[in-house]
Amino acid sequence: MSPSLKLGLGLLAVLALSAVSLFIGVSDVSLASLLSSADEDRPMQVLLISRVPRTVALILAGSGLAVCGLIMQMLARNRFVEPSTAGTVESASLGLLVVTLLAPGWPLFAKMLVAAVFALAGTALFMRLLAAVPLRSPYMVPLVGIMLGGVIGSLTNFVAYRYDLLQTLGAWTMGDFSGILRGRYELLWLSAGLTIAAWFAADQFTLAGLGEAFTTNLGLNYRRVLSLGLCIVAMATAVIVVTAGAIPFLGLIVPNLVSALMGDNMRRSIPWIALMGAGLVLASDIVGRLIRFPYEIPIGTVFGVAGSLVFLWLLLGRRRHFD
Amino acid sequence: MIRIAGLRKSYGSTLIVDDVSLTLPAGGITAIIGPNGAGKSTLLGMISRLLPMDAGTVTVDGLDVTRTPSDVLAKRLAVLRQDNHIAARLTVRDLVAFGRYPHAKGRPTIADENKINEAIAFLDLGALEHRFLDELSGGQRQRAFVAMVLAQDTDYVLLDEPLNNLDLKHAARMMQLLRRAARELGKTIVIVLHDINFASVYADHIVCMQAGRVAHQGQPETIITPEVLSLVYQLPVRVELIDGQRISIYYQEDRTP
Repeated sequence: MSPSLKLGLGLLAVLALSAVSLFIGVSDVSLASLLSSADEDRPMQVLLISRVPRTVALILAGSGLAVCGLIMQMLARNRFVEPSTAGTVESASLGLLVVTLLAPGWPLFAKMLVAAVFALAGTALFMRLLAAVPLRSPYMVPLVGIMLGGVIGSLTNFVAYRYDLLQTLGAWTMGDFSGILRGRYELLWLSAGLTIAAWFAADQFTLAGLGEAFTTNLGLNYRRVLSLGLCIVAMATAVIVVTAGAIPFLGLIVPNLVSALMGDNMRRSIPWIALMGAGLVLASDIVGRLIRFPYEIPIGTVFGVAGSLVFLWLLLGRRRHFD
Repeated sequence: MIRIAGLRKSYGSTLIVDDVSLTLPAGGITAIIGPNGAGKSTLLGMISRLLPMDAGTVTVDGLDVTRTPSDVLAKRLAVLRQDNHIAARLTVRDLVAFGRYPHAKGRPTIADENKINEAIAFLDLGALEHRFLDELSGGQRQRAFVAMVLAQDTDYVLLDEPLNNLDLKHAARMMQLLRRAARELGKTIVIVLHDINFASVYADHIVCMQAGRVAHQGQPETIITPEVLSLVYQLPVRVELIDGQRISIYYQEDRTP
């Protein structure tokens, strides 16, 4: 099978999942009800206001987080780094909390930018820590990131507790797409733009994964590549945290699976990572909506269970690949 | 020609490279030898703009390496350091293809593909080209790195101990190949070597470093002598002429009771 044919099949699979996602829910939306003119177009409204936005949001957030994970893994040169193991998500949440407290009237876009600045600062701090502390084991790197995230997270928690915002905070860090409606997800298109930007710069990130010496030797400015990557990751993470909430470990599992199958030449692997990210998120969300129908389980929970199993399998089965 | 003037580098209070001024001729193989900690790798790192210098200048064909844009330099000079830890999981061919990045900027032409094929064939990697680097032995990986640097097709090729991890056959082959690249393609090769016999047999010019300074330099006949080597390595070294090659012998029984 040619690579483009395989990619086409992957795309079809994601489209099929999207179709399923459109037609699942308490309110009856089916092709038949959409075509019949009864109910004063209620099915069509549900579709346009709730189902389509939710499905699009799932696709954009899933592909964005997965690609972010890969970029971070190349930049940190460690397979276990992703936005939720490097303090990025926690920093974005802190930024969002700060701006919510200090400037509650700002538009969502401005709040997102503040969250992005915090995310960038937090991730840059993580990279500095990595550079300053020579770590012998690849397993130490995510531990440092998770500790940093823990410190920032507890600060955020404390502030949120003092101002009675703990519930809001939970919504940012634990992805949940049940609240996505038209008018409340459009910012996510920015994450699609960032994913495409990452694809254009794919060669540079792959080179960064070869290390500073290789990058410099081939005529690229390593710091510039690093900054570009961190900015993309910080922006995309902030957008996702602000709209739907982050999905822990997605950015870790998808790039590792794709890497095991086809390597890390990012020009080739980014389309696959975006597709698989979108597909996994859609599938997890569908499962979360069906398992206790008509109630929902947040996607973060579903993905946390499924994802940690896949992660364990990756960790135990492909150990050589990480060392 | 590489001109080095007043080059200096220290880490903390330790002087690693101490006021080195040196001219490396264009063409041929220049070997840099010397004991551990003599500053060989640091010197190579500064020549190739991978390490910042504390003082001094390096010019490659008149281009100041600290001021020339990095992408311009990448078409003139290629460098491979030792201990390359690679996070990206790439195939041998992908890696070698990245050697064309300074020329192709991600859009390889047929000419670029030809250079990639040549480099792969040159290092005998044809059978491995679709294997992932993390599935190869250290020596095979080392050859893939050298293939990448050769695919870059620069006039100057700087290699830091490229014989590390190579078995005898591949080490000898690598040196023959580098000599061919120097003779046939007119490349200038600067190579840090641990094994002084390889330097003696294959190099056209030897720079011998000691404690951050250039202790001696010149043609192999003037460097590979018992006097110079014994002093620099602080070990009795005998030099024998075998088949016209100057071979150093420094293996000795421990005579302390």
